[in-house]
Parts: sequence; C-alpha cells; structure tokens
Amino acid sequence: MLGKDLLGLYDASVEDIQLILDTAVGMKKLLTQNLKKLPHLQGRTVTTLFYENSTRTRCSFELAAKYLGAGTVNISASSSSVQKGETLIDTGYTLDAMKNDVIVIRHPMGGAPHLLARHVKASVVNGGDGMNEHPTQALLDFYTMREKFGSFKGLKVAILGDIKHSRVAKSNLFGLTKLGAEVVMYSPATLMPQGVERMGAKVARSREEALAGANVVMGLRIQLERMHGGLFPSLAEYAKYYGVGEEQLKLADKDCIVMHPGPVNRGVELTSDVIDADNSEITEQVLNGVAVRMALLFLLVKNRQGGEKNE
Amino acid sequence: MSEHIVLDEAAIARTLTRLSHEIVEKTKGTDFCLLGIRRRGELIARRVQGLVQKFYGVCVPCDGIDIGIYRDDLVSGFFVPDAKLNAPAFSVEGKTVVLCDDVLHTGRSVRAAIEAIFDLGRPARIMLLVLCDRGGREMPVSPDFVGKNIPTSRQEFIDVRLREIEGEDGLGITAAPEKR
Repeated sequence: MLGKDLLGLYDASVEDIQLILDTAVGMKKLLTQNLKKLPHLQGRTVTTLFYENSTRTRCSFELAAKYLGAGTVNISASSSSVQKGETLIDTGYTLDAMKNDVIVIRHPMGGAPHLLARHVKASVVNGGDGMNEHPTQALLDFYTMREKFGSFKGLKVAILGDIKHSRVAKSNLFGLTKLGAEVVMYSPATLMPQGVERMGAKVARSREEALAGANVVMGLRIQLERMHGGLFPSLAEYAKYYGVGEEQLKLADKDCIVMHPGPVNRGVELTSDVIDADNSEITEQVLNGVAVRMALLFLLVKNRQGGEKNE
Repeated sequence: MSEHIVLDEAAIARTLTRLSHEIVEKTKGTDFCLLGIRRRGELIARRVQGLVQKFYGVCVPCDGIDIGIYRDDLVSGFFVPDAKLNAPAFSVEGKTVVLCDDVLHTGRSVRAAIEAIFDLGRPARIMLLVLCDRGGREMPVSPDFVGKNIPTSRQEFIDVRLREIEGEDGLGITAAPEKR
C-alpha cells in the first residue's frame, strides 16, 4: 500500500500505481458530471509550496483538494519567508506546526521533497523536483494511456524533446517500464541524459526510428530556463530536425495519440496542427490530472486516517 | 432459503393507486413534485406520476435524485461513490416535494436525500412516500405515505422486484442465509 508520501515513481510499486489509476476512474466519472463536492478531505489542509513557477500543476492540486472538501493554502517562494533566508526544513517545521495534512512541493533541486518528507509529519507529494521526477504528471499520462489503450503491455511510447531537463520524462520512464510499456526516447545528443538505457529506455538514432509504429507520441518542452547556452543552435533548427509535425506523425501507428505535459511551445516540439488534431490528448490530460490528483490525495489521507486512529 | 411473497403485481398496483390518491388528498391538490431516490425510488415516483395523471389529469413534475455523494458513510468508509449529478428540469424552491423510495429501513438514505434536495433549493415541505416500511430506524424519520408496513428483523431481507428492472413486480421477505 501507498506510504505516507509520494516522492517519485522510481520507488513506487506497480500495485500503488494501479491503485491510484483505479481510484482516479471513479473521480473522473464524478468530475465529468461536474460533481465537485466530495466530503473526504473535509477539515484537512493541503498546502502547495512552490519554489518554481507553475500554472497547471498548482491549480490542478488546489482544485483536486477543494473538490474533496479540503482547505488549501498556496505558498510561492518568491513571496514568502524563503526570500528572507529560511531553509526548506525550517519552512517544513513551520507548516507542520500549523497542522498541515498534505504538502505539495515543487523545487528546482532534485531530492528536495525527499528531504522535506523526512522532517515533517504531513504527507509530502512531489510536484516536480528539478530534473529528477514529476510523479503526478506521469501518473496522469498513464491514466490517459490506459483510458485509450486499456493496458500498457506492448505499448510503444515515443518521448521526444528536452529529455535531459525533463522530470516528466524520467517519471514516465520509471513508471512505464514497470508497467510493461516500451519507452523510446529521441532528442539532440546534448539533451539526452547519460545512462537512460540502463534505466530501461531505448534511445533512437533518428526521429523516424523513434516514431515508427509508436502508439503514444509525447512531446516535451525545451526548457530554455534550465539551459545555460549552446546545447543546440536555434529553436528553428530544433523544430526542423527534432520537432514532430503532421508529416512525421504519419510514421507512427495510425491510432496513435499525441501527448504533451505542457506548457507547449507551439511550433517547436510539436506543430500547431499536431497539437490541435483530433488524436491530441493534451487537454484531456489536464482533466485527467485533476482526477489523478484527487485520487492521490484521497489515498494519502485515507492512509493517514488509519494511522491517526492508531495513535 | 425461501421467500415469502407479501405483495404481488396486482397488490403493488393497488397500493400505488391508493398512495397516489392519498398524496392528492393530503396536499389538497396536485401542486407537488415527485423526487425518487435512484434507482428504485425513481421508478416508484414515475409510476405515481403516471397514476396521478390518469386520475387527476395533471402531469406533476417528477425526477430521480442521486444520493451517492450525500451518504453518511463516505468518510468513515473512505470510498469513492458512483454518483450522478442532480439536475431536475424543475425547481423545488417553495414547492411540496414528495420524496419516494422503495423500502424505508434505517432512514439514512432519506437523511441523505433531504440534504441532496436542499442543494437544489429550499422546498416548502418535504413528504416521504415508501412502498414498504420495514422498521429498524436509526434516524428520526417518519414516512407520510406508506404502502405496506412490514416489521422485520435485521436478518431478514426485503426483496423488491420492479418490471423495469427485473421484468416483474413483486415484494417478498427472505430470511438471510444462516451464518456458517
């Protein structure tokens, strides 16, 4: 069973992943009917502690918590005591003292959620840590794939884009290989992290090889903010040789779906035609994200409830 | 395990006819609306609607109401309800609402339904119609219109069959299988 925290999919079991996805099915059923009033987290508090910018992840967590009846508090590092030099652990103690139940943290340094989790009683959810993991994004990707294809066995998932800086790529890789899917990655050599083969990914030598027969085509954003120059000549050149347009998509399976964790740089990793096509699941992913996060918060608090009774 | 039939098809039809007249009598007219607790309560409400139309020529507003997200055991049991959004085509604001269900037992469904109704608006009055009252109340709830009083023990099971679901009408009591 799921533990106190969700820090990454590297350590998550297949059973935990399936449990979250199964629970999310019920949540999505309610959401699609606009039923946004569940009582399970009434009297609980979910705090989002974001040291990096975010629109969808933060909003998604906040709405998921609200739909389950929880109170929510948002902390942005840019407008908090972090600016005065407070350490992450001290911030954690402060939030714990205020009786938070769940802390969702996004941090530019990999491993920050793990550090926080060791020091607080609240459940910690990793909302993205540096270039390490973004487990809830990957879970919503899995949900989207499972909804479309029913299972992960034999599924070919092509991930194209800035893999080196992408925490989404890593969480997807860790989870998908456990679930039995094949993960093929393609990016400029400078944006491909070393050792991904050892973690189960297949590194394609060409865009064509990556896309051939793919069931899922996932584009990733080029994270200019994490690059300090010189990794590829220009965005235009990147788009031409590494981007995915309608022409390239013909190589993939005819029933393939297109995914992107957002935010999208239109015309760079994916062309606008591809983003707005009928087989694009990009907006559906956002809805699934709320359902998956509801499921996750639900399960974490359910676990806590059992623990509190025993205290 | 044998079933004892209490109401057959004709008896259920007679009972619902009587209940339809009772509502009109007690509310002094046909200015009421029917809300049935999904799923069997809704079917009962639809039948009552048909009977009121037949005898009084008035089609009273009628719809089903889903109490999934209002149940009182969601948090203690921590499960995700399978529920539908309540969006009846009519307003309950200031109306007399006749809440319909098949079997009244603990009264917990009725409590949940009252909460669901108040999410739709503020009715002038809520009345309760049940096909069968089997006793065993755990909430201070009492019905206004009762088809049949059947005092039962907790080990017994009331089996309501409706032709929309089971293909036939009938109401029986089954003793629960003995615990091994």
